[in-house]
Amino acid sequence: MSFINYSSREINCKIVYYGPGLCGKTTNLQFIYKKTNPEQKGKLISLATESERTLFFDFLPLALGDIRGFKVRFHLYTVPGQVFYAASRKLILKGVDGVIFVADSQIERMEANMESLEDLRINLAEQGYAVEKLPYAVQYNKRDISHIAPVEEMNKLLNVNSVQWFEGVATAGVGVFETLKGVAKQVLLELKKHY
Amino acid sequence: MKIPASFNIAGLRLRGDEIEVAGCDLVMYDNEFQKIDEELQRLHQQANANVVFLVDKNGQLIASAGDTHNIDTTSLASLTAGNIAATGGIARLLGEKEFTILFHEGEKDNIHISLVGQRIILVVIFDRRSSLGLVRLRVKKTAEVLARIFDEITSKAEKEKVEGGKAAESPFAEISDEDIDNLFK
Ligand SMILES: Nc1nc2c(ncn2[C@@H]2O[C@H](COP(=O)(O)OP(=O)(O)O)[C@@H](O)[C@H]2O)c(=O)[nH]1
Ligand SMILES: [Mg+2]
Repeated sequence: MSFINYSSREINCKIVYYGPGLCGKTTNLQFIYKKTNPEQKGKLISLATESERTLFFDFLPLALGDIRGFKVRFHLYTVPGQVFYAASRKLILKGVDGVIFVADSQIERMEANMESLEDLRINLAEQGYAVEKLPYAVQYNKRDISHIAPVEEMNKLLNVNSVQWFEGVATAGVGVFETLKGVAKQVLLELKKHY
Repeated sequence: MKIPASFNIAGLRLRGDEIEVAGCDLVMYDNEFQKIDEELQRLHQQANANVVFLVDKNGQLIASAGDTHNIDTTSLASLTAGNIAATGGIARLLGEKEFTILFHEGEKDNIHISLVGQRIILVVIFDRRSSLGLVRLRVKKTAEVLARIFDEITSKAEKEKVEGGKAAESPFAEISDEDIDNLFK
C-alpha cells in the first residue's frame, strides 16, 4: 500500500524482504544502511533477540531522491525467518508494495527455501495478493560459499514464474542494490499504471 | 497550482464485517491534509500534549503536530504500527476484535495510542502537564472528527474509482526508466 501525499509531495512505498531464517535478509539491510548517505536514511531499527536473530522485524526508511518533484521513500522491512514467528510475518506483509525473496544458496537449505516460499504464498493469498501480481524478485544469496546449488536448479525450484532474479553475496554487498532497484522499479511502474 | 480536492482510498474491499485494505493506496491531497492538520493542532493544544501523530496502520506517518524536532517520527510511526498490529494479533487470539486503545506510562513521558476507524492510528505523547483523563477526553472528540473526514474520503474514493479518473498532476504520468535509474545513483 503506497502512500502518495500531494500536500507534502511525497511517495512512500513498503518493500519486504522475505526468506528462511539466516538466509541474509538483515544483512541486505545492513549493507544498504552502510552504503547510503546520512541524509538519505533514517535509523536502522532491529527488533532482535539477544543472539541477534530478528524477533519482529528490521526497518530501514530510505529517501532515495526525487521523481518529478516528489520525494520517493522506500520503507524496507525484513521478517523473522524462524517457523514459530509465523504470526509476526503475516503482520509485516500487511500493506506491502513489493517483495524480495532472499533464498539461501546452500544445498542443505533448499528445503527451508521452499517452505518459506510456500509460507509467503499463503500469507499473501490471505490478504488477497498473488505473488504473480506483486512487484517481486528473487535473490540467490551466499554465492560465495562452496557447497551451493547451481542457479539453474534454484530457478527450477524457487522461480517457476521466471521472475527477475539476482545472485548475491550480501555480506560483501554483491547484488544487494541491484535486487532492491529491481523491485523498486517494478513498484514505481505499478503505481504509474494506477495514478 | 491547483490541487484536486479529494482523498482517495482506492479499492476498498469488504470481507465479512471488516474492511480489507489489501492492495489499496492512500492518496492525500492538500484540502484533506489541511483539515487533518488543523484537527491535530487543536488536539495538541487542548490536550496539553507534547506531540500528536497520525499514522497509517502500515507504518507510514501521515501528519503530526507539536514539537517533533527531537523525535525520529519515521521510526516512531513504524514501531507504533507494529505495536498495534501485534496487539491486534493478540486480540484475535483471545477472540476480541481489536484493542482500540493502548497506553504506555513512562517515568517522564506517556504515550496514548488509539485506532481511528479501520486504518488510522492516533498517537499522543504527553507528560505531567497533562493527564490521562484529559487526553482520553480530547482524543475521543478528535477521533470522531477524523473518522468523519475519512468517511467522506472513502465515499469520494469509491466514486472516483467508478469514474476511473487519474490525478491532474500525477508524478507518475511521465515517469521514465531514467528517472528510476537516477534514484539509485
Ligand atoms: N558467507 C556468507 N554469509 C552470509 C551472506 N549473507 C549473510 N550471511 C551470514 O548469514 C548469517 C545470517 O544472516 P542474517 O542477515 O542475520 O539472516 P536473516 O535471518 O535472513 O536476517 C550471518 O552470520 C551473516 O553474516 C553471504 O552472502 N555469504
Ligand atoms: Mg534477520
